[in-house]
Amino acid sequence: MYLLRLAFASLANRRFTALLTVCAIGLSICLLLAVERVRTEARASFANTISGTDLVVGARSGSINLLLYSVFRIGNATNNIRWESFEHFQAHPQVKWAIPLSLGDSHRGYRVLGTSPAYFTHYRYGRRQALAFSAGRPFADDPFDVVLGAEVAQALNYSPGTEIVLAHGVADISLVRHDDKPFRVVGILAPTGTPVDRTLHISLAGMEALHIDWRNGMPARGAARVSADEARAMALQPEAITAFLLGLKSRIATFAVQREINDYRAEPLLAILPGVALQELWGLMSTAERALLIVSMFVVLTGLVGMLTAILASLNERRREMAILRSVGARPAHVFGLLILEAGGIAAVGILLGVALLYLGIVLGRGWVQARYGLFLPLGLPSAHELTILAGIYAAAVTMGAAPAWRAYRQSLADGLSIRL
Amino acid sequence: MTDALLELHDVAFAWPGQPTLLDIPALALARGESVFLHGPSGSGKTTLLGLLGGVHLPARGSVSLLGQSLSALSSSARDRFRADHTGYLFQQFNLLPFLPVAENIALPCRFSALRARRATERHGSVARAVAILATQLGLDEGLLERRADSLSIGQQQRVAAARALIGQPELVIADEPTSALDADAREAFLTLLFAECRQAHASLLFVSHDRSLAGLFDRNLSLLTLNRAAALETP
Repeated sequence: MYLLRLAFASLANRRFTALLTVCAIGLSICLLLAVERVRTEARASFANTISGTDLVVGARSGSINLLLYSVFRIGNATNNIRWESFEHFQAHPQVKWAIPLSLGDSHRGYRVLGTSPAYFTHYRYGRRQALAFSAGRPFADDPFDVVLGAEVAQALNYSPGTEIVLAHGVADISLVRHDDKPFRVVGILAPTGTPVDRTLHISLAGMEALHIDWRNGMPARGAARVSADEARAMALQPEAITAFLLGLKSRIATFAVQREINDYRAEPLLAILPGVALQELWGLMSTAERALLIVSMFVVLTGLVGMLTAILASLNERRREMAILRSVGARPAHVFGLLILEAGGIAAVGILLGVALLYLGIVLGRGWVQARYGLFLPLGLPSAHELTILAGIYAAAVTMGAAPAWRAYRQSLADGLSIRL
Repeated sequence: MTDALLELHDVAFAWPGQPTLLDIPALALARGESVFLHGPSGSGKTTLLGLLGGVHLPARGSVSLLGQSLSALSSSARDRFRADHTGYLFQQFNLLPFLPVAENIALPCRFSALRARRATERHGSVARAVAILATQLGLDEGLLERRADSLSIGQQQRVAAARALIGQPELVIADEPTSALDADAREAFLTLLFAECRQAHASLLFVSHDRSLAGLFDRNLSLLTLNRAAALETP
C-alpha cells in the first residue's frame, strides 16, 4: 500500500508530464469509446428501422437500392410498379396486410410518402413498435390531409391545421411546386428514431390529385389545370406506386411468396427480406466502420506509447530516487512494483478521464447528433463490451509498464544504494 | 561467537573484467564502536560499502553482520536483513524531495517491520519516534511537514541522520555525509550523530576522504592499508 503512496507522490512531483500523459490517454480513450458507442448505436438504430415486415416489393433492381428508397427514403426508384400488381398480391391468400408506398415529392428537403391508412396500423419499427400519434389523427377522406413525422413537425414548427405546399421532385429547393393544391396537417407522429420521423405522409389519393393534370412530367397550363376542389370530386385511383410492404399470415410462407413475386409474369418485380437486405447494407458500411475502429485503437496505442516514453525518459533522472529507496530498505522488487503502479495509475486516471470526457461529450452533443443524424446516444452505464475494451487497455498499459519497470529493476540492482550524479 | 557486530574475513572483490579492487584480510567492528575509515576517491570505498550491505557479494571470503554470513542469504533475504539492521547516511541529496520531512524519516519503518516495531516499542508510535529523533537532531517540529527539498543542506543531512537512526539499527554506515557542510556545521553534525548512535547503541562506520574528522572517532582505519590490492597498485 505504501508503494502506491510513493508512486503517487513521485508522479505528483512530475505532475506536468504526468498530466499531459494522462490527457493523451484520456482523449484517445474518449475517441475510441465514442467510435464504439456511435457504431453500436448506429447498428442498433439501423436494424431497428423496420420490423414486422416480411417482404419489401419494388420494381426489379438491386435489393439494397430497393431497401434504400423504400425504407430509408434515400435515392430514387428506377421504375414504378403497376397498381394491378399491388392489388394482385394484396389479395394473395398468404398475405395478411399490404402497405403501398408512393414516393417522388418533397417538402423543404423532407420526402413525401403516399400510402394507405394500413401504414398507420401495420407499419412496425424497433421491437415491433407501432406508430403512435403525438397529435391529431391519420389522414382520412380528404385527399389533402397530411401526417407529419416528428422531426418534420419539430424542425419546421408545424402543428395540426397548418397549411403546407409540397414540391415536385426531391431536391432541397424545387423549381416546381404544387402550390395550387395546399395540404393541411391533420396529425403528427411520435418520434421513432427512424426515417419515418423525416417523412410527410399523404394518402395515395392525395398523391394522385397532385399529379392529375400533369402531362409528360410537367404541370398543365391554363384551362387544362385542375383545381384542388375539382380534384376532390374526381376518382383518384393511382395507376402506379413505387413499392409496397407485405405482412404474411405465416412467416414460413415468406420464401414461397418471395419466389412467386420474383417470378411474376405480368411485371418484373423484386421482393426482398428486409432483415437480409439490412445486413447486406450494413456489411457494405462495416468496412468503413471497422477502419474507424482500427484507427481509434491505434490512437489509444499512441497514447500508451506516449506514456511508455514519458516513464522511460524519467528513469534516468530518477536513479537517485531508486537508490535512496534501496538504501532505506526497498528491494528491487519494490522498485519494479513502484513503476508498474505508476503505469497502472496513469492508465487508470487516463481511462477515468476518457470515460468522463465521453459522458460530457454525450451530454453536450446528443441533442445535436439526434437532430442532425437521427442517432440517439444513450447516457447509460458502460456496456459489458465497453468495459472489456477498457480492461484490455488497462492490461495493455500495465504490460507496457513492465518494460520501464524491468529497466529500473536492472538499474537499481546495478546502482546499489548510492549514486553520485 | 565473537562480540563483533560486523566482520570481514579474507574478502576479495573485483568488478567483471577488471583487476581485483578489494582484498581485505580482516576488518571488524565491535558493538557500539565508532570507526573512521579513510580512503581517497576511487579507492573502492563505495564498493566496500556495497559488500557490507550485501548489495554485492565478494568473490572470496565472508562478510558477517550480527554473526550472519551475508553470502548464505538469498538476495531478497539479504535486502531484508540489511533493511532491518543497517541505517545508511550518504552525502547530500539523499532524501526523496517530493515527500514531507517526517515521511522521509519514517521510510525505513515502511520497508522493515523490525525497525517499525522497535520504533513503536521505544517511543509509542513511528510518528512519535520521528518527532523525538527530529527534535534531538535539532530539527524544528514545524519543519516536519515541509517538503524535504525546501530545507537547507545542513537540515537535510540531519533529516538523513534521523532516517538512518530510526528503529535502532545495530549499524549505521555513513558515506561522506558531511562533505556538503562547512567546517563548523560538520563538527556540530558529528557531535549530534555520535550522541544519537550512543543512545541507540549503534555502531558507526564513517567513511570519508577528509582526515580532519578522524580524531573524533574511537578508531581510525585507512582503506589503503587495509586493502592488499590497493597496496600493490598504489603508484
